[in-house]
Parts: sequence; C-alpha cells; structure tokens
Amino acid sequence: MNNLIFKHRFLIARRITQVTIMFLYFAANAWGFNFLMGNLSSSKILNTIPLSDPYAVLQMLAAGAVLSADVLGGVFIIILFYMFFGGRAFCSYVCPVNMITDLSNYIRRKFGFNKIQKRQPASRNIRYYVLALSLIISFIMGYAAFEFISPVAMIQRGIIFGLGFGWAAILIIFLFDLFVLKNGWCGHICPIGGFYSLIGRFSFIRVHHNHENCTACMKCKEVCPESQVLFMITKDSLPVTSGECTNCGRCVEVCDDEALNFSIKNYKRK
Amino acid sequence: MNTKKDQKMNRREFFLNGARALGLTALGGLVWSAYVDEVTASSLLLRPPGALDEKEFLKSCIKCGMCVEACPYDTLKLAKPGDNKPLGTPYFVPRDIPCYMCPDIPCVPVCPTDALDEKKVTKNNKLDIKEASMGVAVIDQSSCIAFWGIQCDACYRACPLLGEAITIEYTKNERTGKHAFLKPVVHTDVCTGCGLCEKACVTKKAAIFVLPKEVALGKAGDYYIKGWDKKDEQRLQKATNKINKTKISERKAVDSLNDLGGILDE
Ligand code: SF4
Ligand code: SF4
Ligand code: SF4
Ligand code: SF4
Ligand code: SF4
Repeated sequence: MNNLIFKHRFLIARRITQVTIMFLYFAANAWGFNFLMGNLSSSKILNTIPLSDPYAVLQMLAAGAVLSADVLGGVFIIILFYMFFGGRAFCSYVCPVNMITDLSNYIRRKFGFNKIQKRQPASRNIRYYVLALSLIISFIMGYAAFEFISPVAMIQRGIIFGLGFGWAAILIIFLFDLFVLKNGWCGHICPIGGFYSLIGRFSFIRVHHNHENCTACMKCKEVCPESQVLFMITKDSLPVTSGECTNCGRCVEVCDDEALNFSIKNYKRK
Repeated sequence: MNTKKDQKMNRREFFLNGARALGLTALGGLVWSAYVDEVTASSLLLRPPGALDEKEFLKSCIKCGMCVEACPYDTLKLAKPGDNKPLGTPYFVPRDIPCYMCPDIPCVPVCPTDALDEKKVTKNNKLDIKEASMGVAVIDQSSCIAFWGIQCDACYRACPLLGEAITIEYTKNERTGKHAFLKPVVHTDVCTGCGLCEKACVTKKAAIFVLPKEVALGKAGDYYIKGWDKKDEQRLQKATNKINKTKISERKAVDSLNDLGGILDE
C-alpha cells in the first residue's frame, strides 16, 4: 500500500493541486470564499495578489488592447513562477483538461490501443503553428482569438461558473485523444501547452536521466505524454532540457531502477 | 541512379507536405477568423456598469468572471457555450435579474483589465452608479397597458431614479372623455439601463425593456442646434461658415428667381 502511494506520489500531488485549485475558484464563486477569486484567465489571491494568463494577455496585446497594471503584474508573477518550475507544470499540476486527457491515455494503455497504431501521424509542432496563428488572427480581428474557442477556458470556466454546452468540449477532447490521436490535444494542438513549453526552456527543475542505472525497460517512455523529450533514455546521462516536458514526474515514479529523478538544473555544465 | 530518384521523390514530398501544411493553416485561419467575427457580432447584449464600448470591451475583457463573483445579486452571468453570446464575457438579462444599482458598485473595481472602467462611473471623484450607462429602456406603446388607459405605474415605481429616468405624462383620454392616461416616459439621458422597470413590468412579455444604447438611440448630428438651450447655442460661437459662390448667387436672390431663362440680361 505504501509502495503504491510512493509509486504514484507525483500523480497524487498533481490531482490534489488540480482539484484544490478548481475547488477554490468554485468556492469563491459559489460561497464568496475569496481565497482564490476569478479563474485561470485572471485571478486574485486573498483579494491582493494578481495572477494573469500570459498567453491570453499576449493575444490581447496583439489585438491592440490597453493593458492595465494589474494584468501586467499578474503576468509577471506567473511567468516568473513557471520559468522556475518548468512551464508545463501548469499542464500537469493546474490545468483541469489534463485529467481528461490522462484518462484517455490510461484507457488507451489498458486496452492496448497504442499497440495498434505505433507511429503517430501528426506533428507535435502543430501547437506552435496554432500559437502563431492565434496571434496573427488576434492582430487582424482585433480580439483575443484563441480565448473565443479555447476548450481549456470553456471547461475550467464551466467547472467554476456552470457548464452550459461545455460538456461537449470535454467529450470531444476525450474522444479525440482516445480514438484519433494519442495525446492529441495536449501533446499536439493546445497552444497553451505550446506557450508554456517555450517558457519552460529556462526552468531550473528538471528530470535527470542516469543511464548507468537504466535497464531499458521503457516504462518511462510508455507513460510519458511527451515521450520525444526522453530521447536520451538508455543512451546518455542527460537532463531533460525540452520545455515540452510537463514535469509531471510519471517517468520518475514508474522507473524501478532509479535511473530517473528530479534535479535542479546545473548551469555550470553546458 | 537510385539515390537520385530518391532525392527527387524526397524533394517532391517536401514541397507537397509544405504546401499541404500551408493550405491547412490558411483554411484553419479562415474558419477561425470567420467564427470570431460571428461570435463577436452579437450586439443585443447588456454589459455590466462601467463597461467600455463593445469593441474595446471585447478586446480588454480577459473573461475572468470576477465581476460576476462580486455582484451580490447574481445579476451578471458569464456567457457559456450554447448561450450564443461572445464566449466567457459577462452580461445580464434584466427580465431574469436586473442590476440593482449598488451605490458602491462592487462589480467594477474588481475588474483586473479595466474593461469595466471606474472612470466611467465616477463623478466628483466618487463612484456614482447614476453615471452607469448599461443601456436604455424603451417602451412599446402598443403593449404597455398604461397607453391603453388602464392604470399601471409598476415600471415608474420600480425605477431607482424615480421621477428622473421615468416620469408620468398625464393626457386626457378622448375615448372615454372622462379618464386620464398616465403614460410612462423614459428620459434617455438619465436612464442607466439597470432593467428594474423591465423586471417589474406587469405585461406577459415586458412592454418596457432595456436595449444597448447604440441599438436603441438615434443621433441627430452636430448640425442641429437647440436655439432654446443657451449651452447648445454656444456651439455657434465656435462655428465657422463657408460660402459657396456660384454663378447664380452673384445676383440678388429676387433677380435670380425672376430670371426665367436669361430674360433679365444685363
Ligand atoms: S496542453 Fe493544454 S490542455 Fe493540456 S494540460 Fe497543458 S494547457 Fe491543459
Ligand atoms: S519526461 Fe517525465 S516528467 Fe517529463 S513529461 Fe515525460 S513523464 Fe512527465
Ligand atoms: S451594480 Fe450591483 S447589482 Fe448591478 S451589476 Fe454591479 S454588483 Fe450587480
Ligand atoms: S471582471 Fe473584467 S475582465 Fe473579468 S470578466 Fe468581468 S469585465 Fe471581464
Ligand atoms: S410596467 Fe409595463 S405595462 Fe405598466 S406602465 Fe410600465 S411599461 Fe407599461
């Protein structure tokens, strides 16, 4: 039992933070418990510390909006935070969509869907094209373009303010990931993940691979939602430097040979 | 020989893939733009107090819902998928829950982006909800029973600016000869568009309802001046005039009017 918890320690921590954050937002709306007000687009902690989604603000900037000091301060805090902790820690520890796509992925693994289709037909760079396109369209149309279609915003707002047709967005992402493309939404399309990948390049906290311990069981690659970042497994003792790593720690957990662990980025060796 | 053929194939494939990606991106971009255009076009929508003009509002609002949370009456809603409104932006439907015009306007200062602008609801350095301009009430005279001659002043009584935004006009009811009409009249310069009248209206579907100002109001233009209004007439002082001289205006007006085709020549 203890071992089971240990083997899922990061997963448990992630689910707890994800659920707690959504619950706090929900509580602020439903009962006026204002510890964390607002939502993932923009929020306030204890009615004082502002937080704002830098990608949404980037689109607003492209659209030509005048940015308030509150928003700029909020963006600054968020960017600093994720630069330190690995940009896509947002994906694995905060974003509620992650729970949906992880479920798809889990079912895929359990029922062996992944064995049928080995090679994924789509490029993981699509997210950067969507990111660029969203900024171009925001600039041309004069509105933050992705914010009007973002299923991520729809779902998290749905949890906090009521879902409407938002359940359709949940279902679409779930089915898309389950039947069409492995890690389809988060690993290929979502521009928020793309944006945080770019920020995450600078992060200090990294997964480190020690290839002397590695027994080439490939459990880590099997479980990693961004398996391309683990290209060094069995080959080299290197840290995962790609910003696309979500710092979810699944690889660290499943490794039975202590070949993987978190470490603080070593800036001396370059 | 073989490698050369392979190279050719590779290059062709490269260009084909590039073109495909470009085409898909362009297509996606077009559909996406069209969609954004569509969802931002809906104009029959009431925004919270202090909201910037719709276009600027849509640019600035980050869709955080803090205004919604701040409203003690649950007036404000964030547009959900299926509501057919710009997704995630705050609005209210007065017939369901109107804006109760809180004196401290809690919904405005919380807005992190200034899409709800405190300046727009400030007078003499103090927040003043009477400055709000969420919309304007419009009366459908054909369904308002007061215009039928039945006594009703529900909207007038419900108005927080009673006697200012809605007044009652008394006229004689010629049909009966002995009764009066007590007709409500909305003063569009005072009405804040809170919708308390719309909520209170007794008819099955409200005979008085709030519309966005751009939708409900006309515009006379600068070139009409109210001569009976001292302030308005002052505009004349800064006025410039421009005289067009044409051939016909060289002569006196009477002469040119009497001149039927060049008889009065000289
Ligand atoms: S990739 Fe996008 S949807 Fe997936 S977890 Fe990250 S932000 Fe959420
Ligand atoms: S490399 Fe490890 S920490 Fe990074 S995304 Fe993959 S499983 Fe998660
Ligand atoms: S003024 Fe008061 S009632 Fe009206 S929208 Fe704001 S908080 Fe709600
Ligand atoms: S508080 Fe401001 S930014 Fe947030 S939803 Fe309301 S209007 Fe939009
Ligand atoms: S409440 Fe309705 S029916 Fe009555 S006077 Fe006002 S607009 Fe007319």
